Amino acid sequence: MRLLIALLSGGLFGTGLVIAGMTDTNKVQGWLDIFGAWDPTLAFVLGGAMLPMAVLWQVLRMRKQSHAILGDAIPQVNTSAPDKPLIIGAVLFGAGWGVAGLCPGPALASLSFGGMGGLYFLGAMLAGMVMAPSFKRMLS
Amino acid sequence: MIGLAACIYLLFNGRIMGASGIVGSLVDRTAGSGAVERIIFLAGLVGAPLLMAFVVVVPPTNLTDNILVIVAGGVLVGLGTRIGNGCTSGHGVCGISRLSMRGLVATLCYLGAGFICVALLRHVWGII
Repeated sequence: MRLLIALLSGGLFGTGLVIAGMTDTNKVQGWLDIFGAWDPTLAFVLGGAMLPMAVLWQVLRMRKQSHAILGDAIPQVNTSAPDKPLIIGAVLFGAGWGVAGLCPGPALASLSFGGMGGLYFLGAMLAGMVMAPSFKRMLS
Repeated sequence: MIGLAACIYLLFNGRIMGASGIVGSLVDRTAGSGAVERIIFLAGLVGAPLLMAFVVVVPPTNLTDNILVIVAGGVLVGLGTRIGNGCTSGHGVCGISRLSMRGLVATLCYLGAGFICVALLRHVWGII
């Protein structure tokens, strides 16, 4: 059942990203281009994705529900203050998102139709992920 | 659909739907017993658009041909999401929606960096 849910949510996520235009780097870079011909439409995509999640978090909180339907504990929110790795990591990620116009979800969703360029991006992203722990150690 | 996917994953499996965390924990081998579930999630994420392309016209990615730009972007995204523990889906969709301060701060940082990066590369240096 867990695996079926994982397949279903992965599939919905991928389909949603493609339909929303998150896999179109022109659209993403247009959304990030606030000093040029800014295209604000992706704000509705991100907002639209947050809305059902905000409702779900609220319902779980109100019902004091600590476990998911299939038994696992709902992850606690990390309440520690934003620290150096969080901020530096987010800035590096944002720069990369701006450079190429892809973030991790859309990079995977577009793998089947993104050509060689998409494969190179994914390879580079995985390489970055392999390098990350040693950089993170240097920061802390 | 993105929000619905995140809801289902949380409500049934008790997991945060963050793309970089799912991929990164497999790269790091920190996924442990959750590895199979994550691999299946990724199969859905890659597979559904593949099937979709048989039915409808999928919009092209319009990714640049400049291999240096692609690799630089990819490395920065991989590095940054793992150092900062999340990307658009984890910090943005799942974090902000539960009023997580860390999610909000991370999202403001990566959006700000993205705005500045596109402004420099497009309007100052004319690379993209």
